[in-house]
Amino acid sequence: MPQTFGEKILYILQNYGMTFLRGAGVTMLIAVVSTFIGCIIGFLVGIVQTIPTDRSKNPVKWALLGLVRIILNIYVEVFRGTPMMVQAMFIYYGAAMLFHINMDMWTAAFFIVSINTGAYMAETVRGGILSIDSGQTEGAKAIGMNHFQTMVHVVLPQALRNIMPQIGNNLIINIKDTCVLTVIGTVELFYSSKSVAGAYYWYFESFTIAMVVYFILTFLCSRLLRLLESKMDGPESYDLATSDTLAHTSGMTRFSEDPDKDPKVDRFFSTRGDM
Amino acid sequence: MEDHVLEVRHLGKTFGKNVVLRDIDFTVNTGDVTCIIGASGSGKSTLLRCINLLETPTCGEILHHGRSIMDKGFNPSKYRAKVGMVFQSFNLFNNMTVLQNCMIGLTKVLGVKKETAKKTAMFYLEKVGMAPYIHVKPRQISGGQKQRVAIARALAMEPEVLLFDEPTSALDPQMVGEVLEVMRTLAKEGLTMLVVTHEMAFARDVSSHVVFMADGVICEEGTPQQIFEAPQHERTREFLQRFRNN
Ligand SMILES: Nc1ncnc2c1ncn2[C@@H]1O[C@H](COP(=O)(O)OP(=O)(O)OP(=O)(O)O)[C@@H](O)[C@H]1O
Ligand SMILES: [Mg+2]
Repeated sequence: MPQTFGEKILYILQNYGMTFLRGAGVTMLIAVVSTFIGCIIGFLVGIVQTIPTDRSKNPVKWALLGLVRIILNIYVEVFRGTPMMVQAMFIYYGAAMLFHINMDMWTAAFFIVSINTGAYMAETVRGGILSIDSGQTEGAKAIGMNHFQTMVHVVLPQALRNIMPQIGNNLIINIKDTCVLTVIGTVELFYSSKSVAGAYYWYFESFTIAMVVYFILTFLCSRLLRLLESKMDGPESYDLATSDTLAHTSGMTRFSEDPDKDPKVDRFFSTRGDM
Repeated sequence: MEDHVLEVRHLGKTFGKNVVLRDIDFTVNTGDVTCIIGASGSGKSTLLRCINLLETPTCGEILHHGRSIMDKGFNPSKYRAKVGMVFQSFNLFNNMTVLQNCMIGLTKVLGVKKETAKKTAMFYLEKVGMAPYIHVKPRQISGGQKQRVAIARALAMEPEVLLFDEPTSALDPQMVGEVLEVMRTLAKEGLTMLVVTHEMAFARDVSSHVVFMADGVICEEGTPQQIFEAPQHERTREFLQRFRNN
């Protein structure tokens, strides 16, 4: 039997490497899928929260939206305000007790993490939408776009870009927090580590491996998201096909210090001067 | 009979208790270049925003070819596609390239095919001298260039009338010239324009009609000669005097 720390680690990796890998796979699958679904929920809630309504113009729409918003607010507050571990127990056993639904482990896991992420993302998306300068909306309206078109083509793409760091944050939190799903029996990375640890009473060694694997997962994800962000921004510099004929004065080419040398500037200042 | 593109009739606008516009009355005919001048806070922007329905007028009427734009069932999106607006702060879509900015209204609002929209957009971008920048994002160009793209975006919709709200006020002096140059060309080509501006030389040389506003009312209006050479009102004289002294 291995004696030293290093030997034990090696032994675990050789015999239980697959267990850890499978655990990491489950963790990633739940985290990625649930973050994605959570974002969709968050966007839907955030969009509903920011639909403009005018009570005097359309009272029915106003009342209906008001009601929907109250329900959505309750959802957001409840799920943000309670621990995910408790929610997991509540939903998993509640569904069985009250509705006689026996959720399988996967459904329960995706459902709980998604709905949780959605509650956080809802506020993030709402903030993201509100942070877009009203000039963007007015520019869109001025060429005849309606609210829906303005949101889809102008506001949401910019809001999405602005909240990318928050989405990344949520993904990383989800990678770590799926470990609370052990309470409903989801065999993810934490669960796997615990079972290996329990088999030999090698807690320190087993969780050292878990630490490293969790860190690799989160670090990779955060780097990948950075890459995605810079991809969304596009290139910083550009080449021009030909020159801008009107840009004598706009700093793209040297602005002539002497206004007499630039006929356009000259004409402009002289018309102004003889007022 | 002359074709009135826009008729503003006894228009009033209040924000809470603050009366910003009172009994505004004027007409824009096809081919007119109307300049609105007046001191800061006199309600010029609010007037343009009412005309484009970015604000809801409190009272009075705005008629578009004789039809009230405040009627129930009036489609503001269709109307705005015909009445373009250029803003002081450009308001280009930051998530799109210069070309996409000029195409989006054509494809999404007017339902024009992509290739046709691209041709139209390119035509107007060339007109404002921004064709070399089509694949660039707004954050990568100067203020004057942004404003020229914003003008091209509005023109691409081929509007009946184009509203300008102080199009050069957010620009460095060197960039004002290039934007005014474009606007002069458009005026010469017969585009109907309604321009709020502090550029008195532009108002005097280019417009066919000048409206002077003070404290939310039209104080005086007339031809540029009447307003700039023989102003009737003390307020107008005072206002113009300040510009002469600058
Ligand atoms: N949304 C608003 N709510 C309340 N008051 C407003 C609002 N918008 C404008 N006002 C007020 O209306 C008045 C006229 O504003 P407006 O922007 O139309 O003036 P302006 O003539 O365009 O001035 P400037 O030359 O500085 O642009 C100002 O006193 C302003 O405080
Ligand atoms: Mg203004």
